[in-house]
Amino acid sequence: MPPFPRAAKDAVGDTTLRGNLRHATHTIRDKRAAAVAELPDWDRLRAAGAAIKDRTLRHLDHYLEQLEASVTAAGGIVHWAADAAEANRIVTDLVRETGEREVIKVKSMATQEIGLNEALEAAGIRANETDLAELIVQLGDDLPSHILVPAIHRNRGEIRDIFTEKMARWGRAAPEGLTDSPAELAEAARLHLREKFLRARVGISGANFMVAETGTLVVVESEGNGRMCLTLPETLISVVGIEKVIPSWQDLEVFLQTLPRSSTAERMNPYTSMWTGTTDGDGPRVFHLVLLDNGRTDTLADEVGRQALRCIRCSACLNVCPVYERAGGHAYGSPYPGPIGAILTPQLRGTASELDASLPYASSLCGACYEVCPVAIDIPEVLVHLRERVVQGGPVTVRGTRTRIRPAKGHAAERAALRAATWALDRPGALRAGQRLAGRARRLVPRRRLLGPGRAWTASRDVPAVPAEPFRDWWQRRTREAGGE
Amino acid sequence: MRVALFVTCVNDTLYPQTGRAVVTLLERLGVSVDFPSEQSCCGQPQFNTGYRYESEPLVRRYAKAFEGYDYIVAPSGSCAAMVRDNYPRIGRKAAAEGRGGELAELAASVVPRTLELTEFLVDVLGVTDVGAYYPHRVTYHPTCHGLRMLGLGERPRRLLSAVRGLELVELPGAQECCGFGGTFAVKNAAVSAAMGADKARNIETTGASAVCTVDNSCQMHIGGTLSRLGSRVRPVHIAEILANTEEVPFR
Ligand code: SF4
Repeated sequence: MPPFPRAAKDAVGDTTLRGNLRHATHTIRDKRAAAVAELPDWDRLRAAGAAIKDRTLRHLDHYLEQLEASVTAAGGIVHWAADAAEANRIVTDLVRETGEREVIKVKSMATQEIGLNEALEAAGIRANETDLAELIVQLGDDLPSHILVPAIHRNRGEIRDIFTEKMARWGRAAPEGLTDSPAELAEAARLHLREKFLRARVGISGANFMVAETGTLVVVESEGNGRMCLTLPETLISVVGIEKVIPSWQDLEVFLQTLPRSSTAERMNPYTSMWTGTTDGDGPRVFHLVLLDNGRTDTLADEVGRQALRCIRCSACLNVCPVYERAGGHAYGSPYPGPIGAILTPQLRGTASELDASLPYASSLCGACYEVCPVAIDIPEVLVHLRERVVQGGPVTVRGTRTRIRPAKGHAAERAALRAATWALDRPGALRAGQRLAGRARRLVPRRRLLGPGRAWTASRDVPAVPAEPFRDWWQRRTREAGGE
Repeated sequence: MRVALFVTCVNDTLYPQTGRAVVTLLERLGVSVDFPSEQSCCGQPQFNTGYRYESEPLVRRYAKAFEGYDYIVAPSGSCAAMVRDNYPRIGRKAAAEGRGGELAELAASVVPRTLELTEFLVDVLGVTDVGAYYPHRVTYHPTCHGLRMLGLGERPRRLLSAVRGLELVELPGAQECCGFGGTFAVKNAAVSAAMGADKARNIETTGASAVCTVDNSCQMHIGGTLSRLGSRVRPVHIAEILANTEEVPFR
């Protein structure tokens, strides 16, 4: 993957993509604002959500052990996965044991994070996505570009073409003469998916929350595909990040109010499914819970960055982000795009690659993400904190061990420039000399074409005219004149 | 009341008329302002790009330059926000790294005294009608740091609404970032330009002859974009509007 600015540049040039994204994000952001404004106690719910998550994270070990005990007592089997490879191995082995070559999935970002579909495919197992948008992405050989609406970058015409061309290869073909009307598209997906639901014997899911006190997992969704995946198969495997645990049912109360309003602008999501271990005569016979770390405890060790783990994946920050709106989700090179992706991905994966080192800079620091976040993650604060890690290096925790990382490569010129700026700015005399020089040469400064780093500026913007007299000199002249010198 | 002007490095160098406007305005309102010449830059370019160590000398310089003043008034939402939001963070991190409490104390000492211009006018002086006259159609763009970090709220619009002759027109998508973002403008130039173009288009639709903000760094981006697109809308800092009276036109 190229670094963010390069990928974003291509996206900015794609007018269809920009139109699709603009339309979708603006519609949902306006609806969200209205849904949130209905609640008189939104600020308190937001503070409560942040507090619950913080308390849970502070005692994460305790709540995870409690969760394991409750899940086990309810007849489930708990597995611990330190990283992506381990999680994939566990899940692949579990599917193999069932003898099945096919599974159905309900949208789970954790499985995208670890690349589970690819790992299963390598083991000869086909994973069928059942969320409508995920299905579109999968059929289109594409990658998700939004955490809630993975196909947000596609319009109806594009979806019809994908269905017509690709559905047959994966199962039931699209009906003849399919148009791009939403009802027809939804019906085509329903028929296609129904076959898969009825045939499947293994389901793989994520979860929005895990309640430690009872071992209950919770999925909130809009389409009902989740409920099918969670109830029809004989074996259910849930892969969930360890930060999704909350202490009690009472804590759910807060999130079941803030999550739907923040994500789909609904007062309540249409389907809320909860499952606790296994129950005779109802639902899956076997339930496995794979608890995924994959960089989360390292993130937890960082005092500033750990707040990213509060995230409930509502996607509100994506929908208000002016950068996401222009760059699209793919430019972030991760299942977590947008503002949350820009702070979560470089913490989970580290900042060693050029792409990951560029993510904390994928923001103008406008603060709109922080303003909408229902768990009050100060995303701009974490962005700047991570920028510091990229250019200065510093202490990080990698697989539980504290180390110091060195500054990322490729910032030498920038560092030199900012150091020189600090040097001059810390000496008002030098600053003044520079200003005077600029003042004298001001007619020579081209307003439309600068060289060096200024070139990126003048690609689309003129440069202001340099004034003849800086403020400092005016002040001094005025003081002198007033003093009668 | 001892009041100091923190003019900011951008205004000092590129927009000196904004500093002059603040002086004119405050003196007209009976406040005598001082300009401590030891001041320079708040350190925001360094800090926001990740060079926290490089920002530290500038935090120290700022605190020393403005020692002893009751208020430090800045005609810049983002520089005031830098001081108020980020100086405490810089102080805390330095202390955590074992570099004494000195920087933290210096940082803490300037935080409550640093105000953006419209905050100073409305909250400290208690005025919304400053006696200004500006016979133009003006649209107001609330810059992100003024809006979200400082929480300026309605202050600038209340001040503008009280200006005689001024017709204030709504800006569609006003709360959206203009795309400046400091070094963001060059590091992610394509996205920044796309944001700027959308902002410029929205400004054009208002039919205003001037776009007003509380921040010249955003103006540099907005104005540069408008100028490149051949627009006739002028960027103007709020201080320059408020400094203008019928009797004594500013500049
Ligand atoms: S960071 Fe906040 S706004 Fe963004 S997805 Fe997570 S919870 Fe939602």
